[in-house]
Amino acid sequence: MKFTLSWLYDHLETSATVEEICARLNQIGLEVEGVEKPGAALEPFLTARILEATQHPNADRLQVCRVDAGPGMTDVQVVCGAPNARAGLSVIFAKPGTYVPGLDITIKEGKIRGEASGGMLCSLRELGLGEDTGGIAELPEDTLPGQSYADFAGLDDVVIEIAVTPNRGDALSVRGIARDLAAAGLGTLRPWMAETVEGTFASPVIWENTYPEACPWVLGRTVRGVKNGPSPEWLRRKLESVGLRSISTLVDITNYFCFDLGRPLHVFDVKKLSGGRLTLCRGAGETFTALDGQEYTVTPEECVITDANGVQSVAGIMGGAASGADEGTTDVFIECALFDPVLIALSSRRLGMSSDSSYRFERGVDPALPVAAMEAATRMILDLCGGEASEVVSAGAQPAWQREAVLRFSRVQDLGGLAVPARESVSLLEKLGFEVQEQTDTFVRASVPSWRNDIAQTPVLAQGRDLPADQAARAAEGVAQSEAESDLVEEVLRLKGLDAVPPVPLPPVSVVPGVALTPRQVRTAQARRVLAARGLVETVGFSFVSHEDALRFGGAPEALRLLNPIASDLDQMRPTPMVNLVAASHRNAARGWADIGLFEIGAGFSEEGQQLIAAGVRCGHTPRYPGQASTPVSLWSARADALELLAQLGVVADGLSTTPDAPSWYHPGRSGVLRQGPKMVLGYFGELHPSLLQAEGIDVPVVGFEILLDAVPEPKKRRKAAPRLSAFQPVRRDFAFVVARDVPGEKLLKAVKGADRTLVADVSLFDLYEGEHVPEGYRSMGVEVTLQPVEKSLTDAELDAVSERIVAAVAKATGATLR
Amino acid sequence: MSDDLEILRQDVLSELAGAADMRAWDAVRVGTLGKSGRLTALLKALGKMEPEERKVRGVALNRLRDDLTRAIESRGQALEAAALEARLVAERVDVTLPPPAQVQGAIHPISRAMEEMTAIFGAMGFSVAEGPDIETDWHNFSALNTPAHHPARTDHDTFYLPPVPGLDVARVLRTQTSGVQIRTMLSQKPPFRVICPGRTYRADHDATHSPMFHQCEGLVVGKGVTLGHLKGCLIEFLRVFFDKPDLPVRFRSSYFPFTEPSMEVDIGWSRRTGEIGGGEDWLEVLGSGMVHARVLANCGLDPREWQGFAFGMGIERLAMLKNGIPDLRSFYESDIRWLRHYGSDPLAPALLHEGV
Repeated sequence: MKFTLSWLYDHLETSATVEEICARLNQIGLEVEGVEKPGAALEPFLTARILEATQHPNADRLQVCRVDAGPGMTDVQVVCGAPNARAGLSVIFAKPGTYVPGLDITIKEGKIRGEASGGMLCSLRELGLGEDTGGIAELPEDTLPGQSYADFAGLDDVVIEIAVTPNRGDALSVRGIARDLAAAGLGTLRPWMAETVEGTFASPVIWENTYPEACPWVLGRTVRGVKNGPSPEWLRRKLESVGLRSISTLVDITNYFCFDLGRPLHVFDVKKLSGGRLTLCRGAGETFTALDGQEYTVTPEECVITDANGVQSVAGIMGGAASGADEGTTDVFIECALFDPVLIALSSRRLGMSSDSSYRFERGVDPALPVAAMEAATRMILDLCGGEASEVVSAGAQPAWQREAVLRFSRVQDLGGLAVPARESVSLLEKLGFEVQEQTDTFVRASVPSWRNDIAQTPVLAQGRDLPADQAARAAEGVAQSEAESDLVEEVLRLKGLDAVPPVPLPPVSVVPGVALTPRQVRTAQARRVLAARGLVETVGFSFVSHEDALRFGGAPEALRLLNPIASDLDQMRPTPMVNLVAASHRNAARGWADIGLFEIGAGFSEEGQQLIAAGVRCGHTPRYPGQASTPVSLWSARADALELLAQLGVVADGLSTTPDAPSWYHPGRSGVLRQGPKMVLGYFGELHPSLLQAEGIDVPVVGFEILLDAVPEPKKRRKAAPRLSAFQPVRRDFAFVVARDVPGEKLLKAVKGADRTLVADVSLFDLYEGEHVPEGYRSMGVEVTLQPVEKSLTDAELDAVSERIVAAVAKATGATLR
Repeated sequence: MSDDLEILRQDVLSELAGAADMRAWDAVRVGTLGKSGRLTALLKALGKMEPEERKVRGVALNRLRDDLTRAIESRGQALEAAALEARLVAERVDVTLPPPAQVQGAIHPISRAMEEMTAIFGAMGFSVAEGPDIETDWHNFSALNTPAHHPARTDHDTFYLPPVPGLDVARVLRTQTSGVQIRTMLSQKPPFRVICPGRTYRADHDATHSPMFHQCEGLVVGKGVTLGHLKGCLIEFLRVFFDKPDLPVRFRSSYFPFTEPSMEVDIGWSRRTGEIGGGEDWLEVLGSGMVHARVLANCGLDPREWQGFAFGMGIERLAMLKNGIPDLRSFYESDIRWLRHYGSDPLAPALLHEGV
């Protein structure tokens, strides 16, 4: 909402500065979004008078003028080329150093064709104000020289733009703003009273209302014999100063009241209406051309205004092109109505059609104002356009808007945290227009002013369906009792200023605060630190990706496709953050940063719901170093990332198994699924599928992993048993097994480990070999086994015995033989 | 001393001098003092001598043995030292060369900011609550006193998902994390203090808006919780977060459907330099207010018994201010250079006792 200071002064008597006004607006919830002084550029220009104008000795078209530009510059010589420069003329003078916006130059002292020139006489076009008139601007004869032209021309006005919150329909008017400022102690609200205009004839147009739910009350009146045309200067300037376009006097008058009083009006050209009757009714699928030139199709939900020819207006939102007032209008019918805010909001959204009028109806207009507003508008039409007013016609009646609210004075402190004396609370409410109905030591009961639709409303609840009925009822009763009171507390605090409320520390729950995170959240934070500590860089990707990309990563159900995506490639909820990581790898590689590692911990979406996934990729090649060639990233890094992460999250390595059936976006022969038990999938790792990388345009190797954090079981909180620190040296033995190549290595290693749970402390793979001396389809696995004696050192016989057990166990599990 | 002994001494000493390495030295040692060494042989011969002669010769031999033993040991040590010296010279490398690169990881500034918020609010007794990104219209709007026609909804350009069987309310991508507050109030018994950090979505994309961003909302419900507590809590948070004990904080009346009274919170800063806490200007960082009676009642809490406050802030916005990050969109572009520049060290988590 924009307004000018001079417009505000129409309603507010104040000596406050612009800065004070803005500070107070901010305090009371009318947030200042901008303060502009459009005339600022014109301040250096001065009014002046030409004392004498003589022909320039060296140029036919120039004159040498002596100019009086006020104190200190009473006789300045200026060379001027304007044909209308003449002695006695009052002009606009730019002294040296003045920036001339219309020419984009700064005036300098100098000589023109040999004659000194100490400034410039300006046209309005040069000031950026108007069209070229073929000469310099001519000011009224008696203009005093030496005034700032901006002040002289009334261009020193300040435009203030405020953000009005949706509850404050009353502040969408200059008068409403003035009222709030006055209540906040920044001046006095000027009285406003509309003069009644007696009608002299019956209106040739009358109202009929078949949709009273949408419009409880409508007034109308014909003014005949008007002359519509350009608005007077003051009205035009007022509207233009707040960003409106001046159209014609009749239309400008409706816009004026829309901003001045927050009262939307509409004017119909009576001669363009037929049937003598305007009907408020439901739309019936008609197509209608509005004043903005667009076509709209109205549904039965919309409230429209029809005449014998059809729809002439979408009520409260926009009038029709066919019946609007124009230059030729002689008889005008003024509409002044109350429309249901919800209905207007929904219609406006449905039709994609909005206006200054619908904006105000949606937020609620003053239900008591229509009669006075109609009179004021009639008066202004008569004053500016002439004519004769009819009697007022109407349909419906003023709805019962009267409400009361009770404030227990203690609540200002108990809810608002500020002790305000009862007397002061009451006085602030009265300044806002509340009227005291009853007052005691502890409370006040006041009636709510008609323009404050936001206060003491009937509460509308949307209670949870699963609430026990008695609990829900008690809570609802609590709202009915307390809401209006909270409204009043808010008003008192708003005017006092929230800065007055003393801050109070929250009382501590315990001296040392408890743990803020759930175990799951702790593990998410741990996962993040583990992965970053392993050299991966965390990213945050959008939760929506393209439908096609989602398909490549295993899931793009229609139920997770946005109905109104912001872009066609951001329309599908991602199945996994891996989608974003692969795309990020591509973008970084394209910028010349191919050898990187990234991870993201975020949601993946499927029809089963949302799950938290820690995904990571390593791309490109390892760094080169003397004696160390650069190699493509290997799936072992991804496997290590995944296993390390699981280990940090408390998953015991022994309980994990790996199966080679990773999802389709991984290389089928170089990837795996990490499982705990046969069913529980904890994650995947491996090389990304070559055709996926190709489709994404990535020409460097990429390995990655995904850990399904929600699937990782919470580690049991158990006290650790004391470690067994044996006094005896461990013994290490190497075994080489020949085993069929399709036997998973993990199975063999587990068999070794399981051969003697007491003695076998560690098993590690040190060699893999296929080729000569190993049969086709087999491979040799070299395994180092650490045997840890517990009770006593092992004898050779015991060592042999355990070795035999190991060989036997491996043979049984895998069919392997000792090489 | 007999000539033969003197000759032996001279021989051994000259052999020692000629021994260039430990092997040659060992040969001299063994050839002199070993089982069949020359000195050993002379000592063995003593037994066959007459007592008088033996006595004289014995003294001389013992002295010679001591002298030669010392000489041999000393020569051995010298050779060892020389060998070590030679090895050290041979092993010398150019220590100015760089070590093998250790790739450095980093934590995203959004995660970092969330951690810091958790640390600070955690110290004030808050715990962290979470909820789904796909919310029902009821959790995201209706329960928060924002019915379908509410003008506030037009400010939230909401993403919608198709209806699913068995659910008769619309599904939306949450435009705020307030739904988590609703879930908290429905599932727990007051009093509570929670913050709800998470992803939020609005259909808006330009230089200063992203269709996905992060919010951290907070909710305190109890008995006797007033707007004074709201102010105390948020001023404390902002001053610790920005590490400015005197940070100017301003509260301005505003409106949100789910709070009353509502207020926006500004901090002092300089528009010209971007410095937080300095300068003449104010910058909005938070929205807050006392929880609306209808919101409490929608969750089954009687507003006559329970009251409290709620607040919400943009995580990116606070991270941008704190770290001087100029562009919102860069948060989601995964540009490795940006991530390394603004990312934080995983080994330096946000700990209040180390300073956030």
